[in-house]
Amino acid sequence: MNAPRKSLFTPGPRTRARNRAEARFRAFALAAILAALAFLALLLAIIAHKGAPAFRQSYLTLTVDLPAEKLDPKGRRDPADLARVKTFKYAPLLDAALERALAEAGGENPFAKPKKLRALLSRGAPAQLRARVLAEPGLIGGRITLRFLASARLDGYLKGRVTRESLARERKFTPAHLDVADTLRAAGLLETRFNLAFLTGSDASESRPEAAGIGTAALGTLAMMLVVLALALPIGVAAALYLEEFAPGNRLTDLIEVNISNLAAVPSIVFGILGLALFIRFAGLPQSAPLVGGLVLTLMTLPRIIIPARAALRAVPPSIREAALGVGASRMQTVLHHVLPLALPGILTGTIIGMAQALGETAPLLLIGMIGFVATNPPATPAEALLAPNSAMPAQIYEWARRADPAWYERAWGGIILLIGFLLLMNLAAILLRRRFERRW
Amino acid sequence: MKNDSQDPKITAKNVNVWYGDNHAIKDVSVDISDRMVTAFIGPSGCGKSTFLRCINRMNDTIPTCRVEGDLRLDGEDIHDARVDPVELRARVGMVFQKPNPFPKSIYENVAYGPRIHGLARSRAELDEIVEKSLRRAALWDEVKDRLQAPGTGLSGGQQQRLCIARAVATGPEVLLMDEPASALDPIATAQIEELIDELGRSIAVVIVTHSMQQAARVSQRTAFFHLGNLVEYGETDQIFTNPADSRTEAYITGRIG
Repeated sequence: MNAPRKSLFTPGPRTRARNRAEARFRAFALAAILAALAFLALLLAIIAHKGAPAFRQSYLTLTVDLPAEKLDPKGRRDPADLARVKTFKYAPLLDAALERALAEAGGENPFAKPKKLRALLSRGAPAQLRARVLAEPGLIGGRITLRFLASARLDGYLKGRVTRESLARERKFTPAHLDVADTLRAAGLLETRFNLAFLTGSDASESRPEAAGIGTAALGTLAMMLVVLALALPIGVAAALYLEEFAPGNRLTDLIEVNISNLAAVPSIVFGILGLALFIRFAGLPQSAPLVGGLVLTLMTLPRIIIPARAALRAVPPSIREAALGVGASRMQTVLHHVLPLALPGILTGTIIGMAQALGETAPLLLIGMIGFVATNPPATPAEALLAPNSAMPAQIYEWARRADPAWYERAWGGIILLIGFLLLMNLAAILLRRRFERRW
Repeated sequence: MKNDSQDPKITAKNVNVWYGDNHAIKDVSVDISDRMVTAFIGPSGCGKSTFLRCINRMNDTIPTCRVEGDLRLDGEDIHDARVDPVELRARVGMVFQKPNPFPKSIYENVAYGPRIHGLARSRAELDEIVEKSLRRAALWDEVKDRLQAPGTGLSGGQQQRLCIARAVATGPEVLLMDEPASALDPIATAQIEELIDELGRSIAVVIVTHSMQQAARVSQRTAFFHLGNLVEYGETDQIFTNPADSRTEAYITGRIG
C-alpha cells in the first residue's frame, strides 16, 4: 500500500524522457534555422563577391591629337563635312595616342602594327572621340585629353579575372598587351574607379561588355512597377473588399474564390503568353513596352494581393463591424471608416510582397518582347518610359548571363546586387508603412 | 402598473427566427414599454440575445439567419420594405457583451454616430453632444482630460461605459444591451447597473442578462426565455417571487440553466 515517497528533486523516468525529447526537438529546430541562415549568408557572400567588380571600371586617360587634315579635309569646319568622317577614321588617332603615351611612360610598342594596341581600349572609344569632336569642332587641329573605357579584357586583368595564363589561347589580346598595361598603369594613365555608368547606362552590343549599364532597364522596371501599383492595388483591394464584406454566399462567389486561389498558382509564363495574345495581338499595344509588361504583371499580381488583403480584412474583429453597424453606420461606412483602416497594414504588406514577386519576374517579359538587348536607349519622357521598347532588370540580367564573355557574367552578378537592393528597399517600405499605420493603435 | 396607460414602445407578435435549420426563436410575442427597463433572462442558448438582435435588425448581417413575424417600433413595422436598417439602428442603439470601442480616440468614439447621422452642425455642437453623452454614461469626469487618448486604453468598465456613451450619443429611443456587464468586475458592474437604471427613466432599455440578481435589481419587467420559447413575461417582482410557470421557478431557484 505504502508506495515509496518520491522526491521532487529527482525527476521520474517519464519526465526525463520527455525532457530529452524536448531538447532533441529544440536542437533540431535550431539546426534548421542555422542551416537556413548559413545558406543565406553563403548566397549573399557569393553574390557580393561576384557582383562587386561590376561597380568598378577601368579607364585609360589618353591625350589625342586631332589633325585637321584627317578630320576636316576641306578645312571648312562645316558640320556636314565633319559628320562625313566616320568613326573608322578616328581609330588610328587613338592608336597613335596610345603609342605616344606608352613612349612617354618609358615603354615600347611590342607590336609591329600600332593598330594592335587598340585591343586595350573599348571598341566604343573611337565613337566617343568622334562624338566629342562633333560636339566641339573647335578642338580640331589641337589635342584633347579624354578618359576612355578600357577593353573588357584589360578591365578583367585589373580586377584579377584575366591572367597571363588565361590569355594563352587568345590572339587579339595577348600577354604582351598586359605588359603595356603595366607600364601605362605605372605612369598613372590606367586606373580603376567607381562605375557610375553601370547604374545609369544602357545595354551595349555584345562586343562591349565594359560599356553596358543597367540604368535603362531599371527605368523599365520602375515604369512597370508603377503600372502594377496603380492598377493592382485599387483593383485588388476593391475585389477583396467585395468578396469579404459584400458578396452573397452563393455558388458563384465560391467559384470566384476558388479561381482566384488557382490564379495565384498559375505559372508566370502563362500570364506572359496571355499578355501577348490579349494586349499586343488583340488590343494592339506596342511590343516590348513597359506598359504591357506592367499590365501582364498586374494580372499576375492581382490574386497575390487579393488573397492577403482578404486575410487582413478577415482578421479585423467582427465586434468592430457590429459596433459600427450598431450606431447606425451603413455597410460602406463600416467598411471605409473602420474595417479598411484596420486592415490597411496587412493589405499594404501583401501588396508590397506581391510587387516584389513581380519585380523579379522574367519569363512573362520575354514573351512580350521586353528582352534585355532592347534596353539601349534611355526614355526621354514619361510617355516614352511607358510606351517605348525597354527591358526590365531581371530580363537584362538574364540576357547578360546568356552572353559568352565572362565580362558579361560579372555584369549579371552586379545587376543581381541591384535587384536585391530594390527588393530590400521595397521590403523596408513595407515595414515602415506597417509601422506608421499600426502606430496609430 | 405605471405604464399600462401608454402604448408599448416595441411590440413583437409571433416572431420566429431560424439559423439555417435551427429554429432559435419560436413564436415569441412581447410588448416592451417606454421609459422602463425590461430584462430578458434564461439559460445559455435560449434565444434571448437572438431576440434582442431582431429588434434593431442586427440579424440582417448574418447570412444564414431568417426572421419572421411582426415587430413594430411605435406601431411601425420594422421589416417594412421602406425601412432603412441604418435609420432604425440610429433610433435603437445597442451595447454589446464585450466592450468594443473603435480603435480611435475617446472623443471620436462618441462623436462617430452623431457625425454620420449629421446631428451636429458645428464643432461646438459636436463637443456638446460628446460631453452630454459621456456625462449620461457617467464617464465624463474620468476622461474629460484625455478625450484624445485611445478608447482602447481604458479599463474594461470604462470601455463599456464608453460604448454606452457612444450608443446614447445618437439619441436613441430604445437601448438594447446584450449582457453589458458580464465581462466586468463587481464594481464596474454596479456602475453600469446604476447607469441602466438612470437611462431607463427616459428611454426604453432592454437588457439581456445571465445574472438573475442583476435582472431583479435593474428591471421593472422580466421575460424568461427557455429553448427559444418565451415562457413567462411580467413584472419583475412577480417573476422572482411568484412565478406562474414551473420552468421559471426551476430556473430562478437554480435547478435548470
